[in-house]
Amino acid sequence: MADAKVIPFDDDRTRGGSTQRPPRRRGAGSRRKGEPAVVRDVHGGREGREGREARETGEVQPLPGRPTSADDVPVTREKPEPPQGAAEAQNGSSLERRIAGGLAFLRKRLTGDYEVDDFGYDEELTDQVLMSLLRPVYEKYFRVEVKGIENIPTDGGALIVANHSGTLPMDGLMMQVAVHDNHPAGRHLRLLAADLVFMLPVVNELARKLGHTLACAEDASRLLQQGELVGVMPEGFKGLGKPFGDRYKLQRFGRGGFVSTALRAGTPIIPCSIVGAEEIYPMIGNSKTLARLLGFPYFPITPTFPWLGPLGAVPLPTKWTIQFGEPIPTDGYPPEAAEDPMLMFNLTDQVREQIQHTLYKLLVQRRSVFF
Amino acid sequence: MGKVVLVTGVARQLGGRFVRRIQRDPEVERVIAVDAVSPAHHLGGADYVQADIRHPAIARVLAEHNVDTVVHMDVTGTPLGSGGRATLKETNVIGTMQLLGACQKSPSVKRLVVKSSTNVYGSAPRDPAVFTETTPPKSLPSGGFAKDTVEVEGYVRGFARRRPDVAVCVLRFANILGPSADSPLASYFSLPVLPTVLGYDPRLQFVHEDDVIEVLRIASHEPERGTLNSGTFNIAGDGVLLLSQCARRLGRPTVPLLMPAVSWFGSMVRTLGVSDFSPEQLRLLTHGRVVSTNQMRETLGYRAKYTTAETFADFARSRGPGLLPPEAVAGAIDRIAALPVPALPLSVLGGGQPPTQSAN
Repeated sequence: MADAKVIPFDDDRTRGGSTQRPPRRRGAGSRRKGEPAVVRDVHGGREGREGREARETGEVQPLPGRPTSADDVPVTREKPEPPQGAAEAQNGSSLERRIAGGLAFLRKRLTGDYEVDDFGYDEELTDQVLMSLLRPVYEKYFRVEVKGIENIPTDGGALIVANHSGTLPMDGLMMQVAVHDNHPAGRHLRLLAADLVFMLPVVNELARKLGHTLACAEDASRLLQQGELVGVMPEGFKGLGKPFGDRYKLQRFGRGGFVSTALRAGTPIIPCSIVGAEEIYPMIGNSKTLARLLGFPYFPITPTFPWLGPLGAVPLPTKWTIQFGEPIPTDGYPPEAAEDPMLMFNLTDQVREQIQHTLYKLLVQRRSVFF
Repeated sequence: MGKVVLVTGVARQLGGRFVRRIQRDPEVERVIAVDAVSPAHHLGGADYVQADIRHPAIARVLAEHNVDTVVHMDVTGTPLGSGGRATLKETNVIGTMQLLGACQKSPSVKRLVVKSSTNVYGSAPRDPAVFTETTPPKSLPSGGFAKDTVEVEGYVRGFARRRPDVAVCVLRFANILGPSADSPLASYFSLPVLPTVLGYDPRLQFVHEDDVIEVLRIASHEPERGTLNSGTFNIAGDGVLLLSQCARRLGRPTVPLLMPAVSWFGSMVRTLGVSDFSPEQLRLLTHGRVVSTNQMRETLGYRAKYTTAETFADFARSRGPGLLPPEAVAGAIDRIAALPVPALPLSVLGGGQPPTQSAN
């Protein structure tokens, strides 16, 4: 099974596209969302036709060779749409409602009138603020495509096991948005994170509020027993900080503790393959001395970081695919099976193989790294 | 024949309340209240014996009154009156040793209840999010009250091994709050401005004084049918509050400080004697601590009357409003919401509207 050669890493074609992107994206921004669909029908005439034309060209445009077409659409569509008459009233009232909603939210937050669970998960803050901060990155920057969401059960506990890559754990956050936004029941994913996350100031606070908790058997089984959807990346730092040359090669899956946890809770294991995260920071080197000094497991050196300073920390806008695989049931085993190391290794390997196979399949299907 | 209950640490509010409460129970014949300093509050009809549990004299008290139940409440984090940290540690550790030694020699003792604290778990980022009674702490508390409780529990375990006929109940209480709370955390929340550690928002759990008294009472009687009251139990109200939430509900502004600055502030406050801002409390206010109360509900058969949030609300009522009372904040936002609405769209839409209007 060839791995490195199936990955076309075409820099020059996409550089042009990606450099143009940021200003356009900002121009399209939030206004596209607010405008109601009725507007176009209400004011016919020239402007309406213009708008329709723009819309049609917009629909035709996305050819494989023109990555920026999707961003072009709103720019042309924006001008010929004055919010008049009914549309204006509707705009006004929806805005009013939104302002009222925002103030009510602010009021609740500032008076401390909200609830968090035992793990510090602040569902309200996650849904209303943190998710909407991540969503543009998810939708516009990495353009995540989600497959196999039907493999996630609508209720009850399940353990999602995914590959880990990308130097910074963006893949976990994107997986969280993917599950919440695509699942018909809008389920929340509870991620298990490394202890480093909970030692860093600010990061630990945000992680707890996003519903993450420490990757340990106690927390995982407690969440699974509560019927939560738990996400784990058993490769840990080995996967996250692996050199660019090893991309899409799964690392060792720890000691397979996640399998015994799922088995004790009797919850299915859902393998998940994430393609695209490997290339956001192509890590070509690792400064061990700096890593040791800072207390990090690795210190990445990419073509842009740390040379360009904070600019080098901007991830490459790769196109992502997240595929959830067939669930592997664990409820058929007797309770003492969790103590059987052989069975644990076999199940771990089964999960690992399934993720690796899906990764290769997705890589073959992928046209390019960036679109 | 009724029970004879000996209670230590009665000079504190909580001890006094427990003494007054337990006397009303029909199966209790007599209550012996013990402390080194005489309490300022009344103890109902209890027999007050002025004795220092750090001295062997306590064995005589046990024998003299034929005590069958010992409730050890003299394990505390705040010094009473003028005593410093050293005296406190002696009372906590040496006092417990003496008391347990006396209990071991006394054939009449049938039941021992020890008030401990969830401090024994410490607070560290590597700990699981929720502690159960069996979770081993990743980092043992290095000093202060937390270390005292760890040592006290060690001696109690030793005693339970040597006297298997005595029912031993260790109650690990979360932070005790209530109208008359005098814990270090209560004095922290009484500061006009709350210093916090920048970048950390700890999860806190509280237990109400009323629940504390009730649990102690359950533990010092015979267990009810289907429950067991010997062993170790976490006692806490349901739910969790974040420190930021506490501050907002209390209406006190927070000042996030960098870790070294907080340590410095803590030592300054400690020397001034305003609040006991000890290292272990600093760790609690950095990483927080949450315990599981399944054992309390299922084995001990007790449901806390106050949740964490209700406990805190009760505490907040007793402390009076802070600089930013939540009602005032809510009122200010309501006033903004009540502003004439037409003024808003223009200012918010800003760039989007004017050009289209000029086109019309």
